[in-house]
Amino acid sequence: MGGSSPCASCKLLRRRCAKDCIFAPYFPSDDPHKFSIVHKVFGASNVSKMLQELPIHQRADAVSSLVYEANARVRDPVYGCVGAISYLQNQVSQLQMQLAVAQAEILCIQMQQEPNLPITQMDQDEQSLLLSTNFNNIPQCFNFASSSSNVIQDPLKRESLWI
Amino acid sequence: MISPRCAACKYLRRRCPSDCIFSLYFPPNDPQRFACVHKIYGASNVAKILQQLPSNLRAQAADTLYFEAQYRIQDPVYGCVGIISQLYQQLHDAESELAKTQAEIAFLNCNPQEEVQPIEANYSANFNYLLPDQYCHPSTQNSWFS
Repeated sequence: MGGSSPCASCKLLRRRCAKDCIFAPYFPSDDPHKFSIVHKVFGASNVSKMLQELPIHQRADAVSSLVYEANARVRDPVYGCVGAISYLQNQVSQLQMQLAVAQAEILCIQMQQEPNLPITQMDQDEQSLLLSTNFNNIPQCFNFASSSSNVIQDPLKRESLWI
Repeated sequence: MISPRCAACKYLRRRCPSDCIFSLYFPPNDPQRFACVHKIYGASNVAKILQQLPSNLRAQAADTLYFEAQYRIQDPVYGCVGIISQLYQQLHDAESELAKTQAEIAFLNCNPQEEVQPIEANYSANFNYLLPDQYCHPSTQNSWFS
C-alpha cells in the first residue's frame, strides 16, 4: 500500500507531502526544476505565503508568473524581468514612431493627390501635431544595457512557463 | 562614531557590520524599500543574489529586485509579468496597425487616381503602465533609447 508520491516541493524540501499541501497542485513531482527555480529565487516559505493569500482559482496563474520571473532572474541576475520590460518598451516605441511616419506619409500623399480634399477626420491642428510629434517625450523609464533578449518570451505563448 | 544601521539590519534587528552586503543598496532613510524586497524574496535570497554579482552591478540588481517586488505586492497574481503581457499585446497591435498603414501607402502609390479616404489616426499609445522615472539611468545610454 503506497501513498501518492510527494510533490516536487516536498521532495526538494525533504518533508512529508500532506494531503492539503499548498504546493502539490502546482508543482507536480514530474517537474522538479519548476519548484527548484522558484525556491531558489523566492524561497519556499515566501511562495507558500503568497499562495495562501490568494483565492484558489488564482493560484495557478500566480505560480506561472512566479516561475516566469524566477527563470528571468536566473538567466539575468541583474535585470530579471525588468530587462525584458525595458526591451519591449523600446520595441513598442520604435513601432509607434514608424507608424506615425507612415501615417504622415499617407497624409502627404493625400494632400498631393487631392489638395482640395477636406480631411474630415483630422483638423489642421491635429495634422500639425501628428507631423511634429516628438516621441522622445514618451517617458522612457529604463535605459538598462541588458542582454535580455534571452528572456523575451510572451508569457501567454510560452507553454512551458505558463500553465 | 558608530554608523547608523542600514535599513536591512534595522528591519532584521541585528548589528550592521562594516561589510554588510545590504548597506549600500538599502539605506536607512528608505525602510520601505527593504521591507518590500524582504516580503517577496527574503533577506537571505537577496543577499545570495547580490553576493553572486560583481559589486558594480549590485546597485542595479537591487533596484530591479525592488521594482519587481513592488509590482508583485501590487499585483500578487501576475506581478510584473502582467506588464510584459500587456507589452506583447501592444507590440502585436502596433505591428498590425503598421502593416495596415503600409498597405494603404502601397495602394495609394499604385492607384494615384483612386478616390482617397481620409485616414484615421486612431492608434494611440497606452503607456499607463509605465514604470517610475527613478529607473532612468542616463549613464547607461544604449542604442535602444536613441
